[in-house]
This record gives sequence, structure tokens and C-alpha cells, in this order.
Amino acid sequence: MDKWSKHDLLDLQTLSAEEIEHVLETAKSFKEVSSREVKKVPALRGKTIVSLFFEPSTRTRGSFELAAKRLSADTINMSGSGSSLSKGETIVDMAKNIEAMNVDLIIVRHSVAGVPHKLAENLNASVVNAGDGCRSHPTQALLDMFTIKDKLGEIKGKKVVIVGDILHSRVARSNIVGLTKLGAEVTVCGPSTLIPIGIEQMGVKVSYDIDAVIPDQDVIMLLRLQKERQEEHYLSSIREYAKTFGFNANRLKMAKKDVLVMHPGPTNRGVELSGEVADGARSVILDQVTNGVAVRMAVLYLTLGTKDVSKEE
Amino acid sequence: MSLLITNAVIVNADKKNTKPQSIFIDKGKIQAIGSNTDVKATKTIDAKGKLVLPGLIDIHVHFREPGQEYKETIETGSQSAVKGGFTTVMCMPNTRPVIDNAMVVEGLLKEVNRVGLCNVIPIGSITRGQKDQELVDMFELKKAGCLALSDDGKSVVSSQLMRRALEYSKMVDILLIQHCEDPLISAGGAMNEGVTSTQLGIKADPYISESIIVSRDIELVHYLGGHVHFAHMSCRRSIELIRQAKKQGISVTAEACPHHFTLTDDEVRSFDTNTKMNPPLRTPDDVEAVKEGLKDGTIDLIVTDHAPHSKEDKEVDFENAPFGIIGLETSLALTNTELIRKNVLSWEEVVDKMSTRQAEIAGIKNKGVIKEGYDADITIVDPDEVWTVTVEDTASKSKNSPFFGRELVGRVKTTIYGGKVVFQDK
Repeated sequence: MDKWSKHDLLDLQTLSAEEIEHVLETAKSFKEVSSREVKKVPALRGKTIVSLFFEPSTRTRGSFELAAKRLSADTINMSGSGSSLSKGETIVDMAKNIEAMNVDLIIVRHSVAGVPHKLAENLNASVVNAGDGCRSHPTQALLDMFTIKDKLGEIKGKKVVIVGDILHSRVARSNIVGLTKLGAEVTVCGPSTLIPIGIEQMGVKVSYDIDAVIPDQDVIMLLRLQKERQEEHYLSSIREYAKTFGFNANRLKMAKKDVLVMHPGPTNRGVELSGEVADGARSVILDQVTNGVAVRMAVLYLTLGTKDVSKEE
Repeated sequence: MSLLITNAVIVNADKKNTKPQSIFIDKGKIQAIGSNTDVKATKTIDAKGKLVLPGLIDIHVHFREPGQEYKETIETGSQSAVKGGFTTVMCMPNTRPVIDNAMVVEGLLKEVNRVGLCNVIPIGSITRGQKDQELVDMFELKKAGCLALSDDGKSVVSSQLMRRALEYSKMVDILLIQHCEDPLISAGGAMNEGVTSTQLGIKADPYISESIIVSRDIELVHYLGGHVHFAHMSCRRSIELIRQAKKQGISVTAEACPHHFTLTDDEVRSFDTNTKMNPPLRTPDDVEAVKEGLKDGTIDLIVTDHAPHSKEDKEVDFENAPFGIIGLETSLALTNTELIRKNVLSWEEVVDKMSTRQAEIAGIKNKGVIKEGYDADITIVDPDEVWTVTVEDTASKSKNSPFFGRELVGRVKTTIYGGKVVFQDK
């Protein structure tokens, strides 16, 4: 792999399989940094990174911030709570204001798809997407792929089922794009009301019967079920959802012995995943969180590396 | 002041006169059409190599006055209209305040007359304040100058209220224009629901939100008589329902917009908010269906749904951006480029859909045909001129168009309204 050429990380559609592999490789070396006594390298010293979250987030935001700090970048948070956009500020306006502070990279999360793309179009600073609407959450998918690769050796040929509210899930969409690019066989499973039209055209199989698909899978990835989905008539009740699609010890018995149980967090224990399984031996949920920092370090490092990052060690 | 157009190849909806003629205009009317060029006129226009059409009519535009003059005004909207070859437009009532009483209509008409560039006819709302609660005073609005009523921007959702509106409109003899969208199904969707919205993760509006209201209103007209005109039809299913209804003699008519026969939801991948309109851009199959509907007459009219929004309004995220694009200045050229030159429609059919039939459906008198005694509203077009759509060249106050940069064929050269040249291309 030659020099990293991507100025922004907006989604996985724009990365080749080779580029995804390169991020995962880079993350491997950064994972070691986090286990040191002094968890810091000077790779991004003097760089300024702004995280701009228009949606509440604890772990993604914290993970990005730790990643930036462990690379010695200066970081600040700008909370767009509610969104200043609703107060009449346009995206372009906002982007230019931030850029005027000589920022090198902006990490952005927004409830509407495409906002990071609009920012990137209007900025010289790099933009890293920390989740846009239901569309894309590339670093989550990268850390999921990192975890699968770390635990199972490779992704090609592995069977992964993503269970839950596919319709509203950016985690599902990004994982579908990334995992299929790396040769995994992906199935999505959930209530028919929460499986979006035409999802097969993204290269996945669809199932409404979790019990039928469990035995074949190498990875079972549960998604968080928002309780509001019941009020919106997607579900008859949370209880029926938990019984029909919830992953628990009984269902774990039907799975392969070395199956990985994953969840992007935060979990609704007892709904999509029982506490027993979440805390059990097959769960890699906390590994995902640990790997998230390493993957985000890799993303920040590579993305800023396109702009001649200081080589000093 | 009199005007003589020489070498005029006149295209009326019923026939194209290949032999060039002269048109003599005086006192705002077409006085004579013939081979005689000896007439003395104050001004002469040589239309050699051009096509001479009845002034274009568009019964579906938004001029934003009163209330949102920063997007468009009667004046800037009129400038945009005549540049696009339109001499009569009907403006939708979703203004602030809503056009739902005679006072607002009178105020608008005063401004229309002051500007004087073209004929702007206000459309009243069907329900007071477009609130879907109570009917407007239809007699009063008609008397004030409205030829049609619509809650455009949204449907009359209540079936019972729509029933009463239809019954009442029959008595008043005023056109009802329905914006077809069941809001409980569209539910704030910002683009067409389908494979593309699934991939983009954008809140989506399925085509059935349109076809369900089309279907309901067909049933209402079937039961009660009267007439409903369907605004901006965008999907195959709606068009099929209208085709079938017309075959059964149910009195409905329909219109479609240029963007719905040129663009698909694939455009939304750019996240350009100028690809967001209501109804949304749909699939290639829907685009084909709109063309078929135009060709076989299921769709009576081509309208623009000219919907100006400022740069600031549109420069927000996709889901929160307002719906709509401007269209008056690109409509005829898009129609020529995409339909006439691709053998979907002839010039005569386009004149019908963009002028003659518009006047018939809305009940606009003495317009829509180049004929002795009719109003001297005339559009002269160079059918072969190639030009590129640009922001700089746009007369509308707003510049929200997905067509910037696109090369089009056919350009309006001269627009004449009431015997006066109101636009002359350089």
C-alpha cells in the first residue's frame, strides 16, 4: 500500500478493500500504545482536532478524544446540542467558522445523513464521520472488523448476522458495506418492519427467523433497539421483540462453540441481548470498545498523514 | 403601439403552420394573421428560423408573496416567468398569510398590475389557512379573481372535508388542485423510499403516499361528480390510476414537472438539497411512466412547480432543507431537450400541454392559442439554440436548481405579453 490518499473519512463506500485492510493493520500497531505505561506518541503533535457532535454520544466521543490525545493532538469539543443550524446558521457557515480557527481535522456526528459530506465539500480541514443519520458510522464498522479479524484471524468467508433494527442503523449499513467488501457473508435479521426495502441490493441475505440462522454464524452482531420504535408501530411490544429476536443463553446454545457475540453499545440488557450472554465468554463487547480507540488512532493518523504529518518520533 | 411579427412559423396545439406568416398585433390583441407584410406597425420582429408559440402558461408556481419576499416576489417571479417564455402563471397560496380571503387576493393583484410583466393569477387555498379544518369562502375568492383553489404543499387530508370541498366547488364552478400526499405515510420523508434511500439512510416517503390520495379523489369524483386536477404526478401507480379513471369518464386531469421526467432519486446521492422536492425524485421506472403519461395524454399539463428558496434555506442538512426547486427558466428547454428531441412529444403537443390545455383546465379566457381576436401573448423560441444553465443567467431571486451546468437545447428569444415585448434575449 502506497501513501494514504484519503483526505477525509466519510464512509466505507469510498475505501477499497485494500484501504480497509491498511487501516486495520495500522490500528494493530496503535493498539500496543494503549497498553503502555505512558500511553502517548507524538505522531500528531501540534495538530488541532475538533469534535463536533450534534447528537449525544458518550463512548464514540470519548473514544475519539482518547485516540486524539494518545497521538498528542490538541482536541476540543464543540457541542452542537440541538444544532445551531436550527437557529439559522447554515452548514457552510458553520464549517467556515470552524475552519477560520485553523483546525486540521473535524470529527462530526449529525442526525442527518450527508452532513459530513457537505462539511468536507466546504472545508480544507479533514473530516472524519462519527455517524451521520442512519447512513454511515465508518469507525464503528472498522473497529468491528478489527475485532473480528483479531479474534477469528480473517474476515473473508466468515458468516456474520446483524440482528435488530436495520432500518434505522448506521452501524448495520457501514458494517454491511465493509464486511461484504472484505468477503464476509452477511445476513440481516429482524422484524420485517425494520428491514428496509431493497437491502438485498447491498449484498446481504435477509431473514426473519433468528433461530434458523444462528447455527451457521461465526459472528452474531446485535443492534440496540430504541424503545420508541414501539410507539412508531414498528413493533407490537418490546416483550414480543425480546422473545422473537433477543439473543440469550438458549439461543447461544444453538450457535457455533467459538461464535463471537458483538454489540455496538449501549446495550438494552434483556431486550436484544440477555445480561448473561453480554457478560459471558463469547461476548467481545468490551474488546470492541478497547479496539475502538486503536482504530480511531489509525484513522486520525492516516487521515492527517495526507497533510505531511510530522515524522519525528 | 402596434407590433408586426414577420416570418412567423406559428405552432398552435392543433397544428403547426409550416408556411411562415405575419402576425399583426394592436391594442393588446392579435388583429390579423396572414401573408400580408405591408401593414404599418410601430415595431417589427423578424421571427425567421424561430418558432412562434402562444404565450406559455403555468398553473403551478410559488411566488412567495406575501410573506417570504426574500425568496421571490411578484416582480422577480414575473421576470423569471417571462424569461422562460411564460405570459400567464398561477401562484399557489402557501404564502404568509395564506391566500385564503379576498383581501390578500386583491393586494396581490394590485402588485401584479404594478409589475405588469405577465399575467399572475392567484390560487386560493381550499381550507382556511391551509389548516385542513374548514373551507374557504369559495364564492368570495372566485369573485376576487381566483380561478382555482389548492392547499398545495399538503393534501386536503380529511376525506370528509375533501368531499365537501368537491361538492361546493361544483356549485361555485372553480377548479380544485390537489397536492396528493398522505402525511401519515410520507411521515416527513425527505426522498423517495426505495433502494437508494435504504443505502443513503435518509428518511423516505413511499410513492403510495401520493397514489392513495389520487385513488381516494378519483373515488370522490366518481361518486360526486365535479373535477379534481392532480398536481405534480410523479409515480407510475398514480398515472395508471388516472389513466384508468379517464377511460371510465371520471373527470380528473393531471400535471407533471420537468424534474420528474428528467431526474431520478440517484441524484440524491450528492446530498445536494436542490435534489429535494415534494413529491421527491423517484426511480427510472417512474420517470418512464411520467413520459408515457405525457405521451398518451394521461398527463394533461407540464408545469414547473417553481419553488424558490434562498441559499441560506437550502444550505442545511438534507432532511431539514425545504422542498422545491425553481423551474420557470428551464422548463421549455428541458421539455425540448428531453421530450421533443427524443420523440416523446411534438411541438404541437408541447404547446397544448404548456399553454392551450392550461388555459382550458383553469378557465383562462382568450389565451393559449395564436388566433385573431385573442390576447397578444406570444413566445418566440429558437428551437436549436444550445445554452448552458448558469446561476448568473438566472432571473429568479432564488438559485435553487439542480440543473446548473446542464446543456440544454432551445431558448426563448422574445416574450410578448398583451402586445408588449416583456423579454428580449440578448
